Amino acid sequence: MKAAIVVFPGSNRERDAVAALEAVSGTKPHLVWHRDTELPKVDLIVVPGGFSYGDYLRSGAMAAHSPIMREVKARADQGVRVLGVCNGFQIITEAGLLPGALMRNGALKFVCRVQHLRVENTDSPFTKRYAKGQIVRFPVAHGDGNYWTDAETVKRLDGEGQVAFRYVGDEARADPRGNPNGSVSDIAGIFNAKRTVLGLMPHPEDAVEALHGNTDGKPMFEGLVEALS
Amino acid sequence: MSAEATKAQERPVTAELAKEFGLSAEEYRNALDILGRTPTFTELGIISVMWSEHCSYKSSKVWLKTLPTTGPQVICGPGENAGVVDIGDGDAVIFKMESHNHPSYIEPYQGAATGVGGILRDVFTMGARPIANMNALRFGSPDHPKTRHLVSGVVAGIGGYGNCVGVPTVGGETNFHPAYNGNILVNAMTVGVAKTDKIFYSAAAGIGNPVVYVGSKTGRDGIHGATMASAEFTEDSEEKRPTVQVGDPFTEKLLIEACLELMETDAIVAIQDMGAAGLTSSSVEMAGKGGLGIELTLDTLPMREQAMTPYEIMLSESQERMLIILKPGREEVAKAIFDKWELDFAVIGHLTDTGNLVIKMYGETWCDMPIAPVSNAAPEYNRPWEPTPKASDLDDSVFNGYSEELGDTLTKLFGCPDLASKRWIWEQYDSLVGGDTRFMSGQADAAVVRVPGQTKAVAITTDCTPRYCLADPVEGGKQAVAEAWRNLSAVGALPLAITDNMNFGNPEKPRIMGQFVGAVQGIGEACKALDFPVVSGNVSLYNETNGEAILPTPAIGGVGIMPDAMIAVGIAFRGEGDVILAVGDTANPYGGHIGQSIFLREILGREEGAPPPVDLAVERRNGDFVRGLIREGLVVSSHDVADGGLIVTIAEMALAGGVGAYLTGFDGQHVRVLFGEDQGRYVLAVRPDVAATVQEKAEAAGVPVSVLGETRGTSLSGRGGEIVSLKRLREANEGWLPNYMAAEL
Repeated sequence: MKAAIVVFPGSNRERDAVAALEAVSGTKPHLVWHRDTELPKVDLIVVPGGFSYGDYLRSGAMAAHSPIMREVKARADQGVRVLGVCNGFQIITEAGLLPGALMRNGALKFVCRVQHLRVENTDSPFTKRYAKGQIVRFPVAHGDGNYWTDAETVKRLDGEGQVAFRYVGDEARADPRGNPNGSVSDIAGIFNAKRTVLGLMPHPEDAVEALHGNTDGKPMFEGLVEALS
Repeated sequence: MSAEATKAQERPVTAELAKEFGLSAEEYRNALDILGRTPTFTELGIISVMWSEHCSYKSSKVWLKTLPTTGPQVICGPGENAGVVDIGDGDAVIFKMESHNHPSYIEPYQGAATGVGGILRDVFTMGARPIANMNALRFGSPDHPKTRHLVSGVVAGIGGYGNCVGVPTVGGETNFHPAYNGNILVNAMTVGVAKTDKIFYSAAAGIGNPVVYVGSKTGRDGIHGATMASAEFTEDSEEKRPTVQVGDPFTEKLLIEACLELMETDAIVAIQDMGAAGLTSSSVEMAGKGGLGIELTLDTLPMREQAMTPYEIMLSESQERMLIILKPGREEVAKAIFDKWELDFAVIGHLTDTGNLVIKMYGETWCDMPIAPVSNAAPEYNRPWEPTPKASDLDDSVFNGYSEELGDTLTKLFGCPDLASKRWIWEQYDSLVGGDTRFMSGQADAAVVRVPGQTKAVAITTDCTPRYCLADPVEGGKQAVAEAWRNLSAVGALPLAITDNMNFGNPEKPRIMGQFVGAVQGIGEACKALDFPVVSGNVSLYNETNGEAILPTPAIGGVGIMPDAMIAVGIAFRGEGDVILAVGDTANPYGGHIGQSIFLREILGREEGAPPPVDLAVERRNGDFVRGLIREGLVVSSHDVADGGLIVTIAEMALAGGVGAYLTGFDGQHVRVLFGEDQGRYVLAVRPDVAATVQEKAEAAGVPVSVLGETRGTSLSGRGGEIVSLKRLREANEGWLPNYMAAEL
């Protein structure tokens, strides 16, 4: 699997994404600078976390208009898989690859913690290595993760299998705290209609090795490698 | 703007103006002598910040010189932007802690944010990629009307800056005490890693070499910030809000990447960030260290505001700016990198052989004075000081009338502001970015961050117990260093060196100066005994409002190393049936020093007595023993005994892991044994099959070890049944801060 990671001024989790992809696929991903207008031929495009352009406008809004995003959209239309994590989710949503919007966290504070998620749909290269309904733990670290779309769209997303992950609490592990940001219907991550694009707030790339405390994010990258190699 | 318009804004230079700028009459006379004439307005501004307490360390220098600063591991001690320590394999760790107290009280969000920005620059300016931030915060009483607002703003500011630049904030400490009502402390620490052959220093070299300005544009923010930080607060201090700088973490992130990229080339001769006193201190220090002169022409300097005067430009503390001396002919290489990162880049001058600082603008010269005499003449005071009277130890009569159930006492302690969980704070910090963080906050005695791309890891802690320092500055200073050393040992790291952030009141008062002198003495003794030298530091004096001083707070940032991040051990109990051991002196028989303890303050309502003494030889013996056990893989959980004593330590380990403890080692013991804060102690959990081995090793090493009980259930219990459930402790512990912050003013 060949992968490219798009780097904007202010991106700061590209190193984490590089490490996760390299650990699982054995191949170093390409780093593509935001001013580039061409992407190498790749099977997967990752838009990483961070604060692109400082997020001084609405999160992701500036990056969505950067030259490289036209190319990312064109590739996405051709079926190239796109993974947007955290700020990357905000950027690809602002760019129109996914429906809805990411707003300020309900509590108006940045939140960083390990969060339980439920896998809602496994019919995608991103989620095929999980079981439907499986509870996984990924860290979250964001200030603007409050996903919103109207009730009708939530219903459609559910009906079409476009909800990828939901925030859940886990009483059994003494962590009853679910939804960390007030997002509608506890949505943590969604697919596009063809399930070739995934955007999510939590960070699977920071849950891939023993040092991270759990490796629940690893199956996502393994599934991608399996599907795209 | 023109020369005429600039002159129209300048005020006549007199002794009165000098006083307004913070110079004493004697200091002003000295300036006249050095120059042989009346300084210009711009020169007076420059001299006043150079000679401010903040920049000159005039009250503290004579004492700081006594601290041990060398060792085989030290590559660069105090005097540069940050300390540099060898961690093997051609790698170095570069770190420093710095205060931003005064600005944070006046404008908590920006004050704290720019504190983080400033310390980050001190570290990456030396060639290091920052890998971790820490912070040590002290707030006033929770009942004080400003405290909630200050906590909220400071935490948001630290998070807002650190999260955006993508450096994980991996830990810290937060205390509350009424002595900080008028002066909070915001001490920020950054740790970075570099190659030992790619470390950058600030001494300028090469006559004629270009002086380059990069980063943000210069505005009028922060003018005389260093002077503000060198005086006591009064009622009208809030009017100083305009002297607080405004941070831009996005630009800082770009600046980090651009500087590190430039450092990959060989274009740089010297580099320094513009921190306190901005362009003045950076240009003067760089030229001064190189024994050269420097000539700046400010017309091309990137400015954010119109019609700025040379005085304003030289004293501005606008953030995210660096000054670089380039090798000749490398301007284009450097400019291309800063263009890529969309940062300002301007050649604003060159080095000269005159030894003078020359400032030109609008076709005229505004400053032309010799650097060395002005720098060397920076005042150095041996201020009068009084030793702090020794407090006597407390006898058992303090316990008269105490008859509370142990479970109730523990619940109260776990819900008191100093021991309550600071989750509300650290969940606002991205502690994981970079993917190298071993523990979430609260899970280990020291943060453990892997060196990127390697298996080895750096351990980091910040420590100080101000109530000990007030009661006995010498023992308190020792204790702060010893606790840092202990916390690093408790995760399995080898302690390497410290940075000290000395926060005190007004040094012109002999009682306060005595606290400073005592703390330095204690720190020095501990550093020597533990081979734990000071490699960088910062002094913040005048932390007083209307004559009320803070508790003496010499915050210590300690750094250690371990060969593999996965060796590290956290505090959490990890399962049932592990044996709980106390390591440390068991005189009495488990200790029981109750003076200045949290129990005494929170349960008995008294703040008195002598703090626990620190026996540095015992400290070292016990720490080396614990580290050795961890390195051999014999330890499941490890926690040093600090605030609250043994029983609180065990309960913290239980809460962190969600596994209780069945305690038998306290049977028949006096309550002071449970809560005494004797030093040099640890609690370990070990698998039952190695408990005997551990005890044999302890005997061989001459380290007292005793069995306290075993991990079991979901409560703390003993032969008499349940003492308190973890659920009840957790509710008290996790509830206090969020409830406090959510309450209406």
